[in-house]
Amino acid sequence: MPAPAQRRLIFAHIDEPGYTNDLACYLRHGGYEVLKKAVTRKPEELIDEVKKSGLRGRGGAGFPCGVKWGLVDRKSGKPIYLIVNADESEPGTFKDRYIMHQDPHQLIEGTMISCFANNVKQAYIYIRGEMPHGARILEKAIAEARAANFVGPNILGTSYSCEIFVHRGAGAYICGEETGLIESLEGKRANPRIKPPYFPAVLGLYQCPTIVNNVETLCHVKYIAEHGGEAYTKIGTPGNTGTRIFCVSGHVQRPGYYEFEAGRITLGQLLNEVCGGPLPGRTFKAVIPGGSSAKIMRFGERYKGKRKVGAEMVDYDWGVEDVPMDFDSLAMIGTMGGSGGVIVMDDSVNMVEALANINAFYSHESCGQCTPCREGALWMKKITTRMVHGHARPEDAALLKSVADQIPGRTICAFGEACSWPTQSFIAKFGDEFKQYPEAKKTAKPADAPALI
Amino acid sequence: MIAPPKPELVTVNIDGREIAVPKGTNVIEAARLVGVDVPHYCYHPKLTVVGNCRMCLIEMGMPAVDPATKTPIIDPATGKQKINWIPRPQIGCGTNASPGLHIRTTSPLVKDCREGVMEFLLINHPLDCPICDQAGECKLQEQATGYGRGYSRFVEQKNVKPKRTLLGPRVMLDDERCVLCSRCIRFSKEIAHDDVLGFIDRGSHSTLTCYPGKKLENNYSLNTVDICPVGALTSTDFRFKMRVWFLKQTNSIDAESSVGANTVVWSREGAIYRITPRRNDDVNDTWMADTGRVLYKQVRADNRLAAVKVGGNDSGLDIAVNTAAELFKAGGVVVVGSGRSSVEEQFLTKKLAAALKASTHLVSRVGEGDKLLVSADRNPNVRGALVTGLIAALPAAGDVAAPSASAIRIGGLAALAADIDSGKVKTVVSIGEDLAEAGLTAAQLAKVAIVYLGTHANATSAAARVVFPTLTIFEKSGTFVNQQFRIQKFLKAVPGPTGLPDDLVVLAKLASAAGSSVPSEINALWKLIAAEIPALGTMTFANLPETGLLLDATPWSGLPFVEGETLHYKPAKAAQLVVGS
Ligand SMILES: Cc1cc2nc3c(=O)[nH]c(=O)nc-3n(C[C@H](O)[C@H](O)[C@H](O)COP(=O)(O)O)c2cc1C
Ligand code: SF4
Ligand code: SF4
Ligand code: FES
Repeated sequence: MPAPAQRRLIFAHIDEPGYTNDLACYLRHGGYEVLKKAVTRKPEELIDEVKKSGLRGRGGAGFPCGVKWGLVDRKSGKPIYLIVNADESEPGTFKDRYIMHQDPHQLIEGTMISCFANNVKQAYIYIRGEMPHGARILEKAIAEARAANFVGPNILGTSYSCEIFVHRGAGAYICGEETGLIESLEGKRANPRIKPPYFPAVLGLYQCPTIVNNVETLCHVKYIAEHGGEAYTKIGTPGNTGTRIFCVSGHVQRPGYYEFEAGRITLGQLLNEVCGGPLPGRTFKAVIPGGSSAKIMRFGERYKGKRKVGAEMVDYDWGVEDVPMDFDSLAMIGTMGGSGGVIVMDDSVNMVEALANINAFYSHESCGQCTPCREGALWMKKITTRMVHGHARPEDAALLKSVADQIPGRTICAFGEACSWPTQSFIAKFGDEFKQYPEAKKTAKPADAPALI
Repeated sequence: MIAPPKPELVTVNIDGREIAVPKGTNVIEAARLVGVDVPHYCYHPKLTVVGNCRMCLIEMGMPAVDPATKTPIIDPATGKQKINWIPRPQIGCGTNASPGLHIRTTSPLVKDCREGVMEFLLINHPLDCPICDQAGECKLQEQATGYGRGYSRFVEQKNVKPKRTLLGPRVMLDDERCVLCSRCIRFSKEIAHDDVLGFIDRGSHSTLTCYPGKKLENNYSLNTVDICPVGALTSTDFRFKMRVWFLKQTNSIDAESSVGANTVVWSREGAIYRITPRRNDDVNDTWMADTGRVLYKQVRADNRLAAVKVGGNDSGLDIAVNTAAELFKAGGVVVVGSGRSSVEEQFLTKKLAAALKASTHLVSRVGEGDKLLVSADRNPNVRGALVTGLIAALPAAGDVAAPSASAIRIGGLAALAADIDSGKVKTVVSIGEDLAEAGLTAAQLAKVAIVYLGTHANATSAAARVVFPTLTIFEKSGTFVNQQFRIQKFLKAVPGPTGLPDDLVVLAKLASAAGSSVPSEINALWKLIAAEIPALGTMTFANLPETGLLLDATPWSGLPFVEGETLHYKPAKAAQLVVGS
């Protein structure tokens, strides 16, 4: 089956020749018309549209946005905050930055609509510390929007006022975890909070109810406010509505970002047709479908079981290439859609070395609060580093698995899963390669070899 | 005594045993009540819950209800309501009792969690127990034995961190031993209100440190040493001095102010090695001030009085008592009592003064309260002097600065000074008070005969006609009545200097010389105290609870006590009015 065409809702103008990130250009393309209409509606109506749309968060967990908004404590009498999570740091993910760089007003409009819907008077865009350029663009765009009365006091002549501040992150991956982000925004170390009791919807920023949404999620809200929740459900597949942006990196002919209706393209179509297949003379070996923390898939393996199609349960028997790219299908086969970062590895890649690289990242990024993640992440890194430096032992594969198994589900935040799933899945899928590695790597590296990590 | 409000009780099930606990009690505390140990590091009953060590993971379940009808779902196998067990382990410290909560602490999952956390905590730990001061009271040691796998799978290099960092004058940090539980950080922030500690770096490289330019030097810094579950924080005073398992523990009271923090005195073969706080949720929680911990040093101070003296020469107890009796016969005797004496000593002082028909004075000692565990009244037992009837009114605050730099004003003897000047006084009996320090001049001291009972040499002992060396609080037993009118007991931790009789014996002998016969053995004495002092009527020394007993303070509620607010103490409104007016 040929791959469907891209459906660019969010990336409509990304890379469009002549499209600039200033307000004038945005207005020429119909900008802020949705906000103008939105502020004349009842906020509850907008929340209902989002609920109807089935929109799922694009930050990684795929949590339904309408449900999240529904959990916000609106009776406390405390102000409600909205935080735009622009920390985009999951390796393999590069979508939010293009929205901010090339179409910042789309994000600001989506943010203002979401703020209006939730009676938020103060929003923050928490942008990854390593993206100073994006921060400058956002600052400029917000200033433009404020001057045009889209942000700030008495928006568009209504009694509704709302400010947006850009806050530059502290340069750590964990600042993207929502409660770590909140701590960081409060000026502290980004140590994630325990839930219960600190659910952001109840006890978030400054102990007030807080909504944290990903950049892309809020752009979808703008689309939903414009076209209605009902119309949005027609895009994508049931349960996985709208589009998804896939950031494809690694060993394909045409890496890049692509926006498709969720679930309407398979992994095989994406990699082989859209991205042009493997590099000349190579074959695909493995793929991580949703950012580096997602569990890896091995080309050649098959996934079998029953799945719901409409009201019926039907059998499925998929190869890697057959898996539809949506949250539920990927979860069903034991991995996840995550943040949409698709990392492709071909037969030139040694899996022990690939895992050593991933482990180096996670051991460096653990906030260090909870014991299993803090110690486990570094231990796994030390093992894989030792292995690639020529001192692998036959028992290391089993040890790695055992260490990884002691982490997920036992930590404060989902980083515990993020740092252990790679090791768990690499060993499960490529255990043979790990077991043979001591043989393959019998000789230590020459002294002058550059350090791998 | 005032009854606390009744908490709402809920029934929870821990390892199959049901227990009713106040709603909101966390699983660690609830389990403690049924004798189940839930191991933990970061949780501390007096600090906020952060849930970072993950040692307390347990399995949790809730009774199943039909979501539609809200009726209980019955398990046909047992005939009881079905329990929905959450597949993920939960932290006990962050899980609070709610009706029907079910907890498993012995399941394979919980065992695996504990083994995992213990292993993780140990892989980068230096394992230098043989040279570590915490050995013997180290949670890492205890829980590794209790819940660890007992062998190591770690063959990598351990992390290297600073081994000897002086965080402040009294606290030394070994970062390699730190398990990053953040108790010390939370204590500094939440209790001491001195936010100086934090972690730098991330992940397993996280390192505890003081903020740049800051030091951990507040007067509560040593509490971090107490609550550090491992040997990361040690006391510069105690480290390398003695293994804790050799030490005897004796319950005592911090005598530095009227707060009366409960303490433990750790000693071996007559020498005291350290003082630590003892938990009393109504007084000091689990804390005490650093200043109270060094008080034991007075025991072996160079200027300790060791011999009975008459006219400056060594003498015997009976000769000295006889000399005092002679002076008593001559009349014109005044007794200076002390707010640092125990209730028992104050009772005997009162008996002595009554027999002599002598007027009594009390020396006041007033400083700044720190709003925590050192109150403005630096006498531990002024309330005792009121309860025993030694005094009826509070001593006047002095305007005499203490000889040291500390801002404690010592006084209350202005009337006595005037009487000496006018020649009314012939003899002053001072029970442990340095009259010079309290404002009397050298000329005034020279004008009278002094009978001095005291622990250390000073201007008064030098001027005294008769000197009876006495014992420090660590060498005798007794009670103090703190600012809340809570009577609390301290016990003899170490023997006094060789040959010295108990202070009660000396006082009883003097009272008898003055014509009043009283017992000197503490239990016998308490029979008399209970008979004569209505407020203490039902008590005996032996049955006084470890955490003290709150007395009815109404007879003294109008007095202008000097204390401001401290932990678990608010000055009475009436008293505040008197002070303010
Ligand atoms: C370790 C960790 C890192 C995360 N990093 C990001 C991130 O960089 N950007 C993001 O949008 N969400 C990130 N998340 C997810 C957020 O916690 C949160 O779920 C998300 O921002 C919610 O937005 P959404 O509902 O719109 O997806 C991260 C989560 C974890 C556990
Ligand atoms: S799981 Fe890792 S990142 Fe998350 S709070 Fe614990 S130590 Fe920090
Ligand atoms: S020094 Fe002790 S109390 Fe402080 S964080 Fe480390 S282990 Fe915990
Ligand atoms: S005691 Fe540390 S997590 Fe509960």
